[in-house]
Amino acid sequence: MKTYCLELTGPYACFTRPEMKVERVSYDVMTPSAARACFEAILWKPAIRWHVRKIEVLKPIRWINLRRNEVSGVVSSRNVETAMKSGVGELAQYIEDERQQRAGLFLRDVAYRIHADLEVLPGAASDNTPMKFQEMFERRAGKGQCVNQPYLGCREFAAAFRLVGDAEAEAPAISETRDLGFMLHDLDFSKPTDPQPRFFRAQMESGVVNVPAWTSDEVRS
Amino acid sequence: MSLTNRYDFVLLFDVKDGNPNGDPDAGNLPRMDAETGNGLVTDVALKRKVRNFVALIHDQEQREPAPGEKRFEIYVREKAILNLQHQRAYSALKLDEPAVSVASEAAPEKKSGKDKKRKGSGDDVNKARDWMCQNFFDVRTFGAVMSTGTNCGQVRGPVQLTFARSIDPVIAQEHSITRMAVTTEAEAEKQDGDNRTMGRKHTVPYGLYMAHGFVSAFLAEQTQFGEDDLTLLWQALGQMFEHDRSAARGEMATRGLYVFKHESKLGNAPAHALFERIKPKLKVDVAVARGFDDYAVSVDETGLPAGVTLIRIV
Repeated sequence: MKTYCLELTGPYACFTRPEMKVERVSYDVMTPSAARACFEAILWKPAIRWHVRKIEVLKPIRWINLRRNEVSGVVSSRNVETAMKSGVGELAQYIEDERQQRAGLFLRDVAYRIHADLEVLPGAASDNTPMKFQEMFERRAGKGQCVNQPYLGCREFAAAFRLVGDAEAEAPAISETRDLGFMLHDLDFSKPTDPQPRFFRAQMESGVVNVPAWTSDEVRS
Repeated sequence: MSLTNRYDFVLLFDVKDGNPNGDPDAGNLPRMDAETGNGLVTDVALKRKVRNFVALIHDQEQREPAPGEKRFEIYVREKAILNLQHQRAYSALKLDEPAVSVASEAAPEKKSGKDKKRKGSGDDVNKARDWMCQNFFDVRTFGAVMSTGTNCGQVRGPVQLTFARSIDPVIAQEHSITRMAVTTEAEAEKQDGDNRTMGRKHTVPYGLYMAHGFVSAFLAEQTQFGEDDLTLLWQALGQMFEHDRSAARGEMATRGLYVFKHESKLGNAPAHALFERIKPKLKVDVAVARGFDDYAVSVDETGLPAGVTLIRIV
């Protein structure tokens, strides 16, 4: 199984802790699910799944606090359907009526090296060999191609990415060792309408977080 | 119709004696990065300007879309630039339906049974989503979240904007101002008819800000964001400050909009490598910037990666 390494950098990041979602507070390091989404932004097909194995933290963990005006409402699908059926309905949202000021505690100046491999799901068509997807990914990531720009937790925190050929030759991770506590591993989408979060006990050892396999006992709902 | 290219863009804008984006946490001082002193303007502030601009130049009348018509209404609005809310009526026409009769407001027709279903829009949620995209420019462009279950009602917009940061540290100046009037009678009595109140204003003397943006052709496909929308987006980014004058803003203007157009949907080069070609720098003999003339913007057009063209919109 070939492992790929992406270097992701950006001026800001916010990997929101699920328990602190209103006034967003980021985790100290990138979550496996955010890392997976960065790989998927470059290549994803229904036949494959990315597995994040290791997250290396390359810059010291620093924070910035920011408060923004946000809209509290979402599009009401019921109103849309009523309006579509040529009924009558008010659709637009007025920010003055639906305003929330929400603070965020974001990370700043982040850089990570993410190691992941791709699995071709059983039941995929026979011409979907791992080799095919691996070559596609190498081509795309090597040229800086992507389906949409990868981002660090939120779309406004775009990430610059680079395919790392030889991770050994790169600058080492930070020398910090820390217990990060329980951290979101990823969401379980086996019931698409009701994704369930699953967690693992994250340990950063000399800047490296090893991510247990999705199926291992360490990952709990 | 839909986009066939990836775009990455750099937006340069400046502010003179104004507050480009107040910080609610700091008594509306201009946003600053406390560690570096650079000014910040959030992504949502810029999106607001784009929305307001589009709302100004396109009719916001709430009416049925004509068959196959794409409309430019704005979903998330500010009252300041709008008429009062009033009721609306729509017909359930789809973009890809042949032009048939338009349902009238008085007698809404039942939908014809021969609705052509687009691939993947089997259920009502998808229909409602597509319909929102057809009517609302900002839903098409920036996306929106619908109140249905998880994820299925989410529209991811093709346009991604980052925070804008100033090139050099900015300082926030505070000005005390007086008003020759008071609000209440009690105040007037307290002052023996002197009738004055003090107020505060915060400004940045000068700041040149840079934001990055991305347009994904793949996500554009999902929201029917087309070439005409893209042209409108460029126009909005170029002119949005011209229609956003206010006491607080001072003089703001877009000073540069550099669009890197890739030949393919996936792109031909890493975005960050392209962005590095746009380098605004303070001129050497200038100690403190007080105008755009104090900056030199170097644009490195030599040896652009194959398949990438640079378009200067502003």
